[in-house]
Amino acid sequence: MTSTTRTSERHNDALRRANGAMADRLFKGAAYGSGLLILGLLAAVAVFLLMRAWPAVAGPRSATQEVIASFTGGRFDSFVHYVGPLLFGSVLVAALALAIAFFVSIGIAIFISQYAPRRLAAGLNTVVDLLAAIPSVVYGLWGALVLVPATYPFWDWTAQHLGWIPLFAGPAANPPRTVATVALVLAVMILPIITSMTRDVFMQAPWLHQEAALALGATKWETIKLAVLPFGRSGIISASMLGLGRALGETMAVLMILSPGFGYSFNLLEASKDQTIAANIAAQYAEANNLGVSVLIATGLVLFAITFGVNYAARRLTRKATL
Amino acid sequence: MTTIDHGALLDTQHMIPDIDAFKTSRSTAKARARKDQIMRVLFTATFVVATIPLVSLLWTTVANGAKRLNVGFLTHNMTGVIGGNPTVVGGYGGVLHAIIGTLEITLGAMAISIPIGVMCAVYLIEYAKDGRLAKTIRLLVDVMSGIPSIVAGLFALSLFAIVCGPGTFNGVEGSVALALLMLPTVCKSSEEMLRIVPNELREASLALGVTKQRTITKVVLRTALPGIVSGSILAVARVIGETAPLLMTAGYIVSTNVNLFSGQMTTLPVYVYQEYSKLTANCPPNAGASCVTTIPMERAWSAALVLIVIVLVLNLIGRLVAKICSVSTER
Repeated sequence: MTSTTRTSERHNDALRRANGAMADRLFKGAAYGSGLLILGLLAAVAVFLLMRAWPAVAGPRSATQEVIASFTGGRFDSFVHYVGPLLFGSVLVAALALAIAFFVSIGIAIFISQYAPRRLAAGLNTVVDLLAAIPSVVYGLWGALVLVPATYPFWDWTAQHLGWIPLFAGPAANPPRTVATVALVLAVMILPIITSMTRDVFMQAPWLHQEAALALGATKWETIKLAVLPFGRSGIISASMLGLGRALGETMAVLMILSPGFGYSFNLLEASKDQTIAANIAAQYAEANNLGVSVLIATGLVLFAITFGVNYAARRLTRKATL
Repeated sequence: MTTIDHGALLDTQHMIPDIDAFKTSRSTAKARARKDQIMRVLFTATFVVATIPLVSLLWTTVANGAKRLNVGFLTHNMTGVIGGNPTVVGGYGGVLHAIIGTLEITLGAMAISIPIGVMCAVYLIEYAKDGRLAKTIRLLVDVMSGIPSIVAGLFALSLFAIVCGPGTFNGVEGSVALALLMLPTVCKSSEEMLRIVPNELREASLALGVTKQRTITKVVLRTALPGIVSGSILAVARVIGETAPLLMTAGYIVSTNVNLFSGQMTTLPVYVYQEYSKLTANCPPNAGASCVTTIPMERAWSAALVLIVIVLVLNLIGRLVAKICSVSTER
């Protein structure tokens, strides 16, 4: 009697252990699978985009030319000529946005990490987080309906007084649905990314260096210049590149504000001159036929490659800095 | 700075350093103080500059959005809306269908991305530690978080076009696109949470003979749960406002569609965009005062207000969960 219960107990025990080992293996497999899935996902993105874009790349040339001609009103008929201005527009808008956001975000990051008292700093962080949380479509709505009319006097003044600089050659478009206005909105959108990242880097700047600088009689600004900024240099660069990547891929704000055109134009204050890849996809997508979608996805692939490169470089830089 | 005369600085005969040569003159001290002051003002000013757009945006959205935001707006869809006329049931249409679509598509995205993201974090922390593969995965997760949202939309579109044929629009397609955008955020925040689970807990559990799988699910994940929940909520808050990927995957309709797996589905951000791109509504010449030509913009603002409220509430919940339920790691 007792011996049978003991054997059955032992049997149960063994069974449980086998189950446990089984669950163990399954769980490990699931974890490994998820890890590998992430690894494969980026490749999958590239592969699927390429597969869908293939008809435009390798299909009959005349059909592709026809589609591109219909997109551009007959101005271009080859893919390179089509994607060129779009790429130029994307880079121009993103670079301008970065140029505007760069100094402001670094200023805020320094203010939060060096000047603001702890209580205030927490509040300021909330403001930055709020800016990051607002959806891009709301930025687009605000940009198109509030910022566009509000900034016209300023752009007009710029065109009149700084018009001798080719960038600001006038007359300023009214309403200013221009590259300059779009860059302003994108600058607001990438500001929280750059700020939060550089702030974290500045917070880590070694205290001993700062105290040493202060002990030598340096003013607050000199301390920042000597002990904080050099320490954060690679962080600043990689944060800016992340911001650039975000600005390159931003769709809705550009789509809703910019009046598009297919040219290589540096005239920031004139409308209907440039267009970005992302906004162009969203704008043309609804009316495109099957081959047209392939062409648009091919432009999307170009955008993917560029943002991937920018992000990869930025992350490599931070990795190196933190190690 | 005045140039230092080396002869005066170090008297070679007596070897007595002339300390006075190091003394800052009154003018340089003043200039440095002034520069310091200027920089202080500049840094404060940058902050003020950044709050202007935020305040302006929130203010205009609330001011314009409150006009049409009422119960009718939240409980009706856009069927029967013609031009600027009020509908037969009263009111000027609403966002019910968009709210339902947003909820379903976001839930779908959560169902896809949270298990994968958390398991990926488990792999990185519990199994891979700091191997070469883990390093590559970490780098790629970081890079993935920078994918433009429209590329995620194109990915879902291509995937479904190849599997289900071109021209497919449905909610789950949108979920796939959003899941791709959520995944890196979920994975990264979960990884950070698993990392701060004290090692003693794992060791104690393993020492009792508990299997690794049960240790992870019952001890490690249980301890990190609040952090994972809050990270996931913040990830949802990030993607719930995405427009471009949903525009090309989930589509846009005026009626309510509750089936995630077939038919087009409207979401709130897409609704905002569609109303915005209508610009104005037509009113017949003999229409009365009840016909409003500016109604599309008013609806866009109201929907934007609803969207902002949802996003902010999600952010708030995520932060509260993190604050209230956080496990104190030191004891």
